Amino acid sequence: MTMIEAIREAHDVAMAADDKVVVYGEDVGFFGGVFRCTAGLQEKYGKSRCFDAPINESGIVGTAIGMAAYGLKPVIEIQFADYVYPAYDQIVSEAARLRHRSNGDFTCPIVIRMPTGGGIFGGQTHSQSPEALFTHVSGLKVVMPSNPADAKGLLLASIADPDPVIFLEPKRLYNGPFDGHHDKPLVSWKKHPLGDVPDGSDAVPLGKAKIRREGADLTILAYGTMVYVAEAAVAETGIDAEVIDLRSLMPLDLETIVASVQKTGRCVIVHEATRTCGFGAELMSLVQESCFYHLEAPIIRVTGWDTPYPHAQEWEYFPGPARLGEALNKVMED
Amino acid sequence: MAARKSTKKTNVSADELLQFYRDMLLIRRFEEKAGQLYGMGLIGGFCHLYIGQEAVVVGLEAAAEEGDKRITSYRDHGHMLACGMDAGGVMAELTGREGGLSKGKGGSMHMFSKEKHFYGGHGIVGAQVPLGAGLAFADKYLDNGRVTFTYFGDGAANQGQVYETFNMAAIWDLPVVFVIENNQYAMGTAQARSTSTPDIYTRGEAFGIPGEAVDGMNVLSVKEASERAVAHCRAGKGPYILEVKTYRYRGHSMSDPAKYRTREEVQKMRSERDPIEQVRDMLLTGKHASEDDLKAIDKEIKDVVNEAADFARTSPEPGLEELWTDIYA
Repeated sequence: MTMIEAIREAHDVAMAADDKVVVYGEDVGFFGGVFRCTAGLQEKYGKSRCFDAPINESGIVGTAIGMAAYGLKPVIEIQFADYVYPAYDQIVSEAARLRHRSNGDFTCPIVIRMPTGGGIFGGQTHSQSPEALFTHVSGLKVVMPSNPADAKGLLLASIADPDPVIFLEPKRLYNGPFDGHHDKPLVSWKKHPLGDVPDGSDAVPLGKAKIRREGADLTILAYGTMVYVAEAAVAETGIDAEVIDLRSLMPLDLETIVASVQKTGRCVIVHEATRTCGFGAELMSLVQESCFYHLEAPIIRVTGWDTPYPHAQEWEYFPGPARLGEALNKVMED
Repeated sequence: MAARKSTKKTNVSADELLQFYRDMLLIRRFEEKAGQLYGMGLIGGFCHLYIGQEAVVVGLEAAAEEGDKRITSYRDHGHMLACGMDAGGVMAELTGREGGLSKGKGGSMHMFSKEKHFYGGHGIVGAQVPLGAGLAFADKYLDNGRVTFTYFGDGAANQGQVYETFNMAAIWDLPVVFVIENNQYAMGTAQARSTSTPDIYTRGEAFGIPGEAVDGMNVLSVKEASERAVAHCRAGKGPYILEVKTYRYRGHSMSDPAKYRTREEVQKMRSERDPIEQVRDMLLTGKHASEDDLKAIDKEIKDVVNEAADFARTSPEPGLEELWTDIYA
């Protein structure tokens, strides 16, 4: 199934299992979401459990926090990650901090889903990757699946989680894997092994990375769409790289990362988001702190540029296999 | 569709009617062409067409004077054409070319013109509304008698910052006309599913801001209301709200399957209330123009739009270095 169907199914499973799960957001109820991730849920569970919200992100997140403090489990959609900023105050000052400042009396088990990332000609207000704005805030968990099976399992884990989870969905992967070769036809998830999503309610635990390809020469740390860019770059350069899909940025599976880099001695980090203070900077620090004596070359980051996400030059900006391939070669030469 | 009924017959000259016809037709033909270029893959990503809503911006602009400002959301092509921005420059921005008004940096939703006092084109729903009040604040500060038209949709009318802005505009008596373009759908969500009142302008009452609903399919009604609003602002009486009831014929954006409304609903509006057809009828029945005159205008508009499309196709793509400009001074 597609990632959209997998996300829809995770909602369905969670709603069937627990009537405290409520789902809402802009266009989410009657229309089923602009990306169709909640299609059919209102019909199945009724308007009190899956409904439309007005266009007011701050209100959507704020009400979810109130519901959660009183025992409900809201799973809300922000239509594009780029629209979340009006709600940032609620997320940072309220959701992330409620547990700590109430000394554990009140908690905030909400899931905030948002389509994220580029590759769809969305320009500066429909393409951003704001994960670092959330990983920077203590009290939040941040998750980004790269395939339908993980999307379902991680969303179920996020809904079950007792803390606020920012669930970032790489929208370029909704219908199929994308390796950055934008001129090639779309491959459907239906023809990809990870489109084979298990039935049932098994969660994929937060904080566990997945080694997508084992390798001896260097370690690539990736998440979201960049996982496929990494696989393509490895195939095109012929370098025997280990590709790690982080899946969960906070909590982070540092153990898997460190074991890999200590084995390979080299590390390249790739993300779509802008470079300065991006999540790659944190990864670089952690790897350096934990693996310094194992490193045989400086760590390299391949990222979006420190510019607004472009309208006209999307494929120059988007970190594709060619740019990543150059970095892999460089790290091997260093 | 509740709308304020005009008590007197509108005084409008033949020339003015012809100009309305021309201006609305330009927007419609431009948008149809943009839709075609999108279909051909020359425009990518997000593109929100104004087809059906032409009378709103054309009627509003009829009351504008030199130096008045306008700011709007992402369904902005019509606003730019109506205030006289170059059709080629708009179309080339849609195709992301060097000749685009933002040199390919902005795209469909983000264009500006200092010369025409057009302050954008903004992609985030409702975000432009406080900016509009800021523009009006500057005018008041400079005591220059100018007015700002701040446009937003029925969907944006639920953003909290709109009401923060209403309050500030009211306490500071800002010369701003808030134009709510109510096309009845916030993307795929009908107004009744998301909005507490069918008449959004009444929300101004809580802030002491006068307002009214206007038939947005009739350019003369819009013009008349716009004159009232502008006179109020220019007299130093503070902000005014016009809720212009309109309708978009196309989807929210190009990828919208429009499953949230019936084909019949759209068809009924097109056949009974179309703003351009209404003016066309007035011109013909009032004998202000002949079929041949109107054909000549159609041809003239078609040429302008074709020229814009050619420019948008042939203007070169911006160099990569362009992306790194205008981030910092």
